[in-house]
Amino acid sequence: MKDATGTRDYDWWLIAIVAAICALGVVEIYSATHASGLAGMHTKQVKWLIVGFVLMFILSRIDYHLILDQAPILYVVCLAALAAVLVLGNSRFGAKRWIPMMGQQFQVSELAKLIIIIVLARFFAEVRSDELDLRDLLKAGMLVGVPLALILKQPDLGTALVLLPMLAVGAFLAGLKWLHAGIFTLAGVLLVGAVFYPPVSKHLLKPYQRERITSFLHPEDDAKGSGYQLLQSKIAVGSGGFWGKGFGNGSQNQLGYIPVRYSDFIMSAWAEEQGFKGVLLALGLYMALLLRLVQNAQRAKDRAGMFLVMGVAAALGFHVLVNVAMVIGAMPVTGIPLPLMSYGGSATLFVFMAIGLVMNVRLRRFVN
Amino acid sequence: MSFSLRSDNRLPQTRLAVVSYIIVGMIGLLLLGFWKLQVIDSDKYGQMAEQNRVRSIPIIAPRGRMLDRDGRVLVDNRPSFSVLLLRDDPKLVEQYLPVISDGLGISMEDLRDQLQNTRNLPKFQPIVIKPEASSADLDFIESHRSDIPVLEMLSVSRRRYMPGGFLGHATGYVGEASEQQIEASNGKLRPGDVVGKSGLERQYNDILMGSDGMRRVVVNSVGKEMKDMRLTEQEAIPGKQIQLTIDYDLQQVAEQSLGVRPGAVVALDPRTGEVLAMVSRPTPDPNDFAVRIPKEEWRQLNEDPLHPLLNRAIQAQLAPGSVYKIVTATAMLEDHSIPESFTTYCPGYGTFYGRQFKCWVYSSKKGPTSHGTTDLHDAILKSCDVFFYTVGMKLGIDRLAYYSDKMGIGHKTGIDLPSEEAGLMPSEPWVERVFHRKWYAGETISVAIGQGAITTTPLQLARLIGGIASDGVFKQPHMLKDAQNVGEVKFPLSEHTFEKITDGMYGVVNEPGGTGGQLKLAGIEFSGKSGTAQVIGYGTRERMGKQKKFEDNAWFVGYAPKRNPEICVAVLVQESGQHGGEASGPVARDIIKAYYDKKNRKANGTVTADEHTPAPASGAAVVAPAVALKPKNIAPAQANSADANPDPQ
Repeated sequence: MKDATGTRDYDWWLIAIVAAICALGVVEIYSATHASGLAGMHTKQVKWLIVGFVLMFILSRIDYHLILDQAPILYVVCLAALAAVLVLGNSRFGAKRWIPMMGQQFQVSELAKLIIIIVLARFFAEVRSDELDLRDLLKAGMLVGVPLALILKQPDLGTALVLLPMLAVGAFLAGLKWLHAGIFTLAGVLLVGAVFYPPVSKHLLKPYQRERITSFLHPEDDAKGSGYQLLQSKIAVGSGGFWGKGFGNGSQNQLGYIPVRYSDFIMSAWAEEQGFKGVLLALGLYMALLLRLVQNAQRAKDRAGMFLVMGVAAALGFHVLVNVAMVIGAMPVTGIPLPLMSYGGSATLFVFMAIGLVMNVRLRRFVN
Repeated sequence: MSFSLRSDNRLPQTRLAVVSYIIVGMIGLLLLGFWKLQVIDSDKYGQMAEQNRVRSIPIIAPRGRMLDRDGRVLVDNRPSFSVLLLRDDPKLVEQYLPVISDGLGISMEDLRDQLQNTRNLPKFQPIVIKPEASSADLDFIESHRSDIPVLEMLSVSRRRYMPGGFLGHATGYVGEASEQQIEASNGKLRPGDVVGKSGLERQYNDILMGSDGMRRVVVNSVGKEMKDMRLTEQEAIPGKQIQLTIDYDLQQVAEQSLGVRPGAVVALDPRTGEVLAMVSRPTPDPNDFAVRIPKEEWRQLNEDPLHPLLNRAIQAQLAPGSVYKIVTATAMLEDHSIPESFTTYCPGYGTFYGRQFKCWVYSSKKGPTSHGTTDLHDAILKSCDVFFYTVGMKLGIDRLAYYSDKMGIGHKTGIDLPSEEAGLMPSEPWVERVFHRKWYAGETISVAIGQGAITTTPLQLARLIGGIASDGVFKQPHMLKDAQNVGEVKFPLSEHTFEKITDGMYGVVNEPGGTGGQLKLAGIEFSGKSGTAQVIGYGTRERMGKQKKFEDNAWFVGYAPKRNPEICVAVLVQESGQHGGEASGPVARDIIKAYYDKKNRKANGTVTADEHTPAPASGAAVVAPAVALKPKNIAPAQANSADANPDPQ
């Protein structure tokens, strides 16, 4: 198999969109932290972005078919790493998610997301019929279920949840039967219902998770907990108005009322300072990014490529949805960062590697 | 390729398209959410952000001071600190409550009560949990500034009254505005505002009370003040000071002379209506109320049988006793139905309508027990009851009521103090209205000597005697120096009556046999009338045995000079067991002597008022504009709404 080399074949639109989103992120990280003890965070983020771009290009060079070849090994490595984190990982904020690597703390579950995208792409690409039968569906479910259980065990509900839309989108494109789709949607609704219904949720969720659900439903009862966070985020967003308070002028942001304003709640800080017009810009960019991914999937050379790209689209889309909905108080606090804008090492690298896979698929669309 | 792909590579384009629609729909929904927050509800969240950011700490405006007529400070302020509890965050408050209770020595129940009572106020408004912080409290707050984020100190100015209840009833006291007051203020008052609760503090609250300012500071999410972010400050406008008609020197003499005996003193300048001194005993120290009265203490004050919260000078409604004989005498002379030369024979008692009425002289412990033949002049001098019984019987209750009414009995004087009482003049219409019966002629006999149903306040008697001695010109008593539109009631007496009555009252002090003979002052035309009012009848008293609370009330209303007096003093000593001339006369004499001493010193230029204690009024003080008094005899609305008015005696 020949390698595609021409820089002309890179998706420069996609790179431009990604760069633009990253720029918004860096600007807002600077605004949110420059006057506090966290000053200088934006330069760290820029370093992560540079590493990310490099990784993206590296990953785009290796033919994705070779990567898909290694899927079983990657899967085993992934499970082993997740298990290792549980045993050896460093505990931070009450969860075991990190292992040290090259002087940095890495979140293994970010890598796991990437591997599951690859594994699912390979699995669905191998399905022979146009319709996904129940056996294949259950197999796919098993493939996702094991790492999901391990990630839940850390515990990291947010990352674990990201695996579900990957499975759902993959199955849907692999020819999921409408009946099955209906059944699983119903099951999903029941599960969400159960989570919000305390008598059931106490068997399913950890106390801190239940607390988040409760404070999402009744934010006023929880003035300093996550209800407070949601309320403060809403105040920040709402007080920004249409035009925003201006760069560095958001009181909610500058005075620290927005929780983790440089990371999970960065959209809140952005919305406060840049207003609805800024939100239009940011969400417009995200929509462009996602639609560009779908377009790349539509033009993929083969089904495997399409599944890879759509796996990435599912993961990123879910991140955007859950994070932004949380910022406007429409979803509970889950700890899912906003891709490319939120400050963070592992999460940023994951997104770039995922985009690298997309680029990979695109580069090979005309190659036989 | 080691894994086997499907042979065809047809992509599910329809389903991919569905996914892109879902993406557009999802972004659209999120944008709708932002639209709702940022455009529709933007104002609401803007306000919430502002409440987050800005902490408003009131700057308390100091109340205006009260000065005496010479500019000496009677009431001023002292700096103090209150402890504020910031309630923005109920969870934090709950968490720190035990520490606060411990550190400031406030019981948990008390704290919870206060939180409960203020639960309806906006949360961003801090509440005062300890109005008067000790230095230990301040240390506690200062040293825990970082770890107890819900406490704040508020610099306040606290009322400082003269010690020992000096002038206490007249000045009144201040306290936190009650809910009714807040409602009645049309938004001018807010909970926690300090307002006048009684006396002048209440009467002139609008002048004395300034307008609080507001210091607005930016705070970050952990409550730390951002010093580099300045917000506009709303300055406090201090209250204006008022100058009273009170003369500190005379007030002091009055306070000392009455001593601890229950009773009252009012000194007026009958020419102007200015109140020169006002005392009521017992007197609670208003400084005790300047902070916050503990419930227990308040209960005791209200239940005290001596009614310390009652300003007897304007609220004690008691039988005037023989002081009233001046009214009876004036009625007799002005009515002309009885010849001026009219005399009676007093064997120590008289019989009217088949019932025996004793003259006070009958039970006199020394000297004769009868007055013999008396004319009007002698009757005033010796206060012969039999003479006035007879005159009263001849005049009848209608005439007495007519003159009494004209001279102000049964009417408020209109003094600029809240909760003044009107006293009562019995009359035929009155018994018909109240008791639905006819007037018994026998009742007139008692009323003619100021007993029976008739009641007056000390202030009324001072105004009445001063007015008669000023030829029937009754000035509205007032306490504000620059009062305008001072009311005046004219009831001109014939020259003959005027001379006769004032000669009589001069004789009471200065002629042999007068009931105030021991009160004589050299070089001063000290005149007046004594009164010894029975609380219960002689017969009842014998049945009840000798009890302090049924002892006679001693009255003396004195003035000088003999005609057109400059000063008139009414003195009441309750349950003294002594005659008016003995118990109350010396108090009136002391004050009038002090008045003339001061006047002479001033005339000789030996003394200027300002060298006295207390501290003189300093420099550029805010002075209240002249305030018009309320028209006399129109019952002011505040009269029955004072917070601290136990039932009048």
